[in-house]
Amino acid sequence: MAGSNPNAKPMDLTLKVWRQKDRNTPGQLVTYPVKGVSPDMSFLEMLDVLNEDLLLKGEEPVAFDHDCREGICGMCSLFINGRAHGPERGTTTCQLHMRHFNHGDTITIEPWRAAAFPVHKDLVVDRSALDRIQQAGGYISVNTGGVPDANEIPIPKTIADKAFDAATCIQCGACVAACKNASAMLFVSAKVSQLALLPQGKTERKTRVENMVAQMDIEGFGACTNTGACAAECPVGISLENINMLRREFIAAKATSENV
Amino acid sequence: MNWFTKTFSSTIGRKIVMSITGLFLCSFLVVHLLGNLQLFKDDGGAAFNIYSDFMAHNGIIRFMEIILVLGFLFHIYDAIVLTRRNKAARPIDYAEQRPQENSTWSSRNMGLLGTVILVFLIIHLWNFFVPARFGGLEGVVIEDVEYENLYLRVMESFNVWWYVAIYVISMVALAYHLIHGFQSAFQTLGLDHKKYTPFIQGFGYFFSVVVCLAFAAIPLYFFFFK
Amino acid sequence: MILDSKIPEGPLAEKWDKHKFDVKLVNPANKRKYDIIVVGTGLAGASAAATFAELGYNVKSFCYQDSPRRAHSIAAQGGINAAKNYQNDGDSVFRLFYDTIKGGDYRSREANVYRLAQVSVNIIDQCVAQGVPFARDYGGLLANRSFGGAQVSRTFYARGQTGQQLLLGAYSALNRQVAYGKIKVYPRTEMLDLVMVDGKARGIVTRNLITGKIESHSAHAVVLATGGYGNVFFLSTNAMGSNATAAWRAYKKGAYFANPCYTQIHPTCIPVSGGHQSKLTLMSESLRNDGRVWVPKTVELAQKLRKGEIRVADIAEADRDYYLERKYPAFGNLVPRDVASRNAKLVCDEGRGVGSSGLAVYLDFADAIKRDGLAAISAKYGNLFDMYAKITDENPYEVPMRIYPAVHYTMGGLWVDYNLMTNLPGLYAAGECNFSDHGANRLGASALMQGLADGYFVLPYTIGDYLAKMPYDKVSTDHPAFKEAEQNVMDITNRLLSIKGTRTVDDFHKALGHIMWEYCGMARNAEGLQIAKQEIRKLRNEFWRDVKVVGVNEELNVTLEKAHRVADFLELGELMVEDALQRNESCGGHFREESQTPENEALRDDENFAYVAAWEFAGVDNAPVLHKEDLKFENVKLTQRSYK
Repeated sequence: MAGSNPNAKPMDLTLKVWRQKDRNTPGQLVTYPVKGVSPDMSFLEMLDVLNEDLLLKGEEPVAFDHDCREGICGMCSLFINGRAHGPERGTTTCQLHMRHFNHGDTITIEPWRAAAFPVHKDLVVDRSALDRIQQAGGYISVNTGGVPDANEIPIPKTIADKAFDAATCIQCGACVAACKNASAMLFVSAKVSQLALLPQGKTERKTRVENMVAQMDIEGFGACTNTGACAAECPVGISLENINMLRREFIAAKATSENV
Repeated sequence: MNWFTKTFSSTIGRKIVMSITGLFLCSFLVVHLLGNLQLFKDDGGAAFNIYSDFMAHNGIIRFMEIILVLGFLFHIYDAIVLTRRNKAARPIDYAEQRPQENSTWSSRNMGLLGTVILVFLIIHLWNFFVPARFGGLEGVVIEDVEYENLYLRVMESFNVWWYVAIYVISMVALAYHLIHGFQSAFQTLGLDHKKYTPFIQGFGYFFSVVVCLAFAAIPLYFFFFK
Repeated sequence: MILDSKIPEGPLAEKWDKHKFDVKLVNPANKRKYDIIVVGTGLAGASAAATFAELGYNVKSFCYQDSPRRAHSIAAQGGINAAKNYQNDGDSVFRLFYDTIKGGDYRSREANVYRLAQVSVNIIDQCVAQGVPFARDYGGLLANRSFGGAQVSRTFYARGQTGQQLLLGAYSALNRQVAYGKIKVYPRTEMLDLVMVDGKARGIVTRNLITGKIESHSAHAVVLATGGYGNVFFLSTNAMGSNATAAWRAYKKGAYFANPCYTQIHPTCIPVSGGHQSKLTLMSESLRNDGRVWVPKTVELAQKLRKGEIRVADIAEADRDYYLERKYPAFGNLVPRDVASRNAKLVCDEGRGVGSSGLAVYLDFADAIKRDGLAAISAKYGNLFDMYAKITDENPYEVPMRIYPAVHYTMGGLWVDYNLMTNLPGLYAAGECNFSDHGANRLGASALMQGLADGYFVLPYTIGDYLAKMPYDKVSTDHPAFKEAEQNVMDITNRLLSIKGTRTVDDFHKALGHIMWEYCGMARNAEGLQIAKQEIRKLRNEFWRDVKVVGVNEELNVTLEKAHRVADFLELGELMVEDALQRNESCGGHFREESQTPENEALRDDENFAYVAAWEFAGVDNAPVLHKEDLKFENVKLTQRSYK
C-alpha cells in the first residue's frame, strides 16, 4: 500500500538519540542510522521502525512516551532538532510527519530538560510536578450531585469560548521544555484562566491562584521572563494572554485575599 | 514568612518588583536625557553646569537619588536571584537548540544585556557622577557664581575614541534591554488588553530606540563636532 | 450458574429510584473504614474515584499513563448525550432510552439503559458545575447538536474535544480528593492480576512500569474501569497503550466476559497509508452532517482514479454514486455507524474504493461549502480539517476527504449486573470495560454519557450496598492469595523474558490484528471464524515459543509491558471469534453473512439470540463455558432496524 503521495520517496536518516539507563545514570547521545523511512510515516512510527530494528539485534529499544497518537493525550514529549515537538508549529510529536524532513538529514532527539522533569529513561521524563500543581487548586470544589441545573448559570459565549481555549491545554510540558528558564507559567496560567473566567470558578479564585503558583515554585520551575517561547511552541496554541491573566489574578489575590 | 515576603519572594512577585523598578528606571532615563540635552546648547556648557549643580545639591533630587539607587539594587538583586533560579531549573542543557524559532534574541539575553549596562553604569558613575557629587572637578565661573565644570569633563571624556565606543555599544545594549523590558514590564503587571497592548508594544519600541539614540548622540556629537 | 442481573422489580421508570431507596447505606462515619481500588482513570474511573472519595471512602486509583488525565477518554471528539430537551424538540428520558435500545439493536437491558437516560441529565449539571466549558449560544445558554443520526438535538459538546473537557472535569474532581488525602494515585502502574480472598475480590497485583516492582494492593472492593479491547485488532482508534489485560486477568480469575464479539467499526477514520502504520485516527462523526459520502459508479473509473490516470474533479456528477443517500433516503449520510461502515466495505469490496489502496471512500464537502460558504464550514470543522491535512498532506477544502472504517469501540466487556458488579463479589466494572448499556452497537455521544453515569451516579450508590454488608477488616497483602497472585505475575513475566525468540511483540500483534480484521471484522461467517480460531491458536503457540522480549523486569521495559498485553489479546481474540461463531445472527456491530435480508441488510434473530452471551474461563486451551442471560423487552417493541 502506498501513501497519499505516490511520488514520495523513502528517506535515509541519521538519528542522534539521548539514551539514559535510569534517573541516576548519566546519559549520552547515541547515533543510529534509519533507512527507508516513508514520508507518510509519523515521527513516532519512524521511531517504531528504529525500535523494531534494535529489538531484532537484541538491543534495548529507545523508550519514549506516547499514547493516543492523535495529539490530544499530551503524553508524547520529544525535543527534536532543538525544538519542543519538532519543527512544525501547532503540532505534537505524534502528529509530526516525516514529510517535513529530507533524505540525509541528521535529527537530534532529546528528552524535555528541566529540573522538575527528571529523566526516567532515555526520552521518558517524570512530569508528575504538573499533576501536583493541578492538585494544589486546579479544580472547583463541588461534590457530585446537588448542583444547579446546567442552564441556571448563563455564560456569555465569548467568555465560554475563552475559557475553552485555555482549557485545551494537554499538559504535555512543551512550554517548560521550550522556555529557556524551564518555566511552567503557561501551563499554570491556562488552568487558572479557565477557572477564573467562568462564574463557577470565581468563588475560589484567590486561594486557587495563590496555591497553584506556590506549588509551581516549590516544584523548581524557573521564572517567566516573557520570551514567549512557550506559546510559540505550544502544540495547542495556548495564548500568552493567559499568563497575563494569571498575574492579574495573582496580584489581586495577594492584595485582597484573607490568606496571611 | 508572612504574606508580604511570601509574595515578593515568589517568582511572580520578584518579577513584579523587577517590572516596577524597571519602569521607574525608564522614567529616570527620560529625566536624565532631558537634562543632558543641554549639552547640545552652544553656550560653552553654562546651562549644563548650572543644571548639574542643581542636581547635585537639591534636596528633593538627593532624596530621589536614594530611591533611584534602591530601584537599581532591587532590579539587579532580583535579576540575579531569578537568573540563578532559572539556571537551576535546567541543570542539563539541550545539545541542540533553535530558540530563534520561538523568541527574540533580546528577550533571551536580558541578563547579558543587563550586565553590559551595569558595567557601563559603573564606568559612567565613576567618571561623571562621583566627581560631580563628591568633588574633584575644576571650577568655572558663570555669571559671577562658581560652579564645578562637569561640561569640561564631558568634553574631555568624549574626545577619547574608545570611551565613545563604550558609550555607543552600551546604548545599543540598553536599547535591546528596553525593547524587551518595556513591554515585558507591562505583561508582568498583567496589564494586557487587546485594545492597549499593541500601543504599549509600539510605544515601548519607539521609546527604547529614541531614548538610546539620543543618549548615544551625545558622545558622538562631542567626538565629531567639539 | 444462572446469571442474576438483579434488575429491580416495578415499572421501568421507577426501578432506579426504588433501587436507590432499597440499597443499604454505609454510615458516614464508617465510610472511612473502607478502601476501594479503582483501576483506570478515564471518564468512568476518574469520576468513580472522585465520587467515592467525596463520600468518604479511601480510594487507590491506578493508571498506566504518566498522569490520570491522559486516559483515552480524552480523545473522544463528538459529544455527550443527555435528555435535557433544552432545544424543545421532543426529547425526553424515554426517547433517549428508546433510541439507545434501538440503536443497540435490542441487545441491551432495558433497565440499565433507562437508568442511563435518567441520569444523563445530572451529568451535564455536574460537568458544568465543575467548569467544563461546553459550547454555548450567544444568549449564554448551552448549545446542542444532533449527532450520529439522532432525530433530536441532545448532544452537548465542547468543539471537537468533548472527551478531553469532560475528562479534565473528572480529573479535577479527582485532584481535589488527592489534595484532601482521600485518593492516592498510582500512575505508570499496570494491574496484572486480581486477588480473590474467600470468594471476594479483595485486591490487585500491579507492576510499577518505571521500576518493575510487583506490588500488592488490598481493598474492600475493586472497580475496573480499564476501557475497551479494540487494540486486539492492532490498528484501531484506541491509544497505543489501551489494553484488555486488567479485564482479561479478572476473566481468568472467574469474571464472565460478555458479548466479546460486539465491536464497533467507526465509519469515518483516516484510511491506512502503509504497513508502518501504528494507529488509526478518527474523524468526528459530526462530519457526516455536512459531508456527502460517495465512490465512483463504476469499477473502471475507480481503477483509473487509483492509478492516478484521472483526478477526483474529472469524475462527472452523474458518475458518482452517493450510495448512502441512494440506499437510505430517510437517513442518508447520517445512518448509524454500523450501517455506514458496512456499506463502505461493500463498495470497496466491489472494487469501487478510492485512494491508492482502494480501501477508502470519499467524504465530500464541496456541496456544503457551496451552500454555507467556506467560512461556515471552517468554523464548524476547522480543527478536523486541519488534523486531516496534517496527517494526509491533502487539503479537504479542495479535494474530498478519504475515509475508511476503523475499529473504535467495543460494546462487549465484563458481565455486570444492574449494580455494575461482575459475577465475582466485590469486583465491579464500569465504562467501556463492562458490557452493559450499548447492546450490539453504540450510538454516537453515548460512550461519554455511560462512562460518567457509571462513575458519578451509579457506582457510588451500588458499591455502598455491597460494602454495607462487609466487615471493616482489611486483608493483609501478606495473605497467601496475594502471594500466589504475585507469584503468578512473576511467573508470566519470567516466562516472557526467558523465551528469547526471534519475532518481536509488535510483529505478533500485527499478525493477530490481521486475522481479526480479516475474519472477525465488519462481516463475519462461520467458515472464516473457524479459520480465525485455528490461526489465532497457532499464533498464540508461536508467541509463547518465539517471542523476543529484551531487557529485564526491574526497569522501564516497554517491550515487556507490551508482551503482557499482547499475550492477553491472543487469548481474548479467540474468545471474540468463539462468541461471533455462536451468534449466528446479525445485530449491530456484529454482521454474520449467513444472516442478512435479500437487500444485504443485517437480519436479527430475536427468537434465538435475544440474550447476553457471558463466557466463563475454563483454561486457556479449553473451550470457554457459555452462560446466557435472556433479555426481556417489556417497554419497547422489537423491530428490525430500518433507516431507509
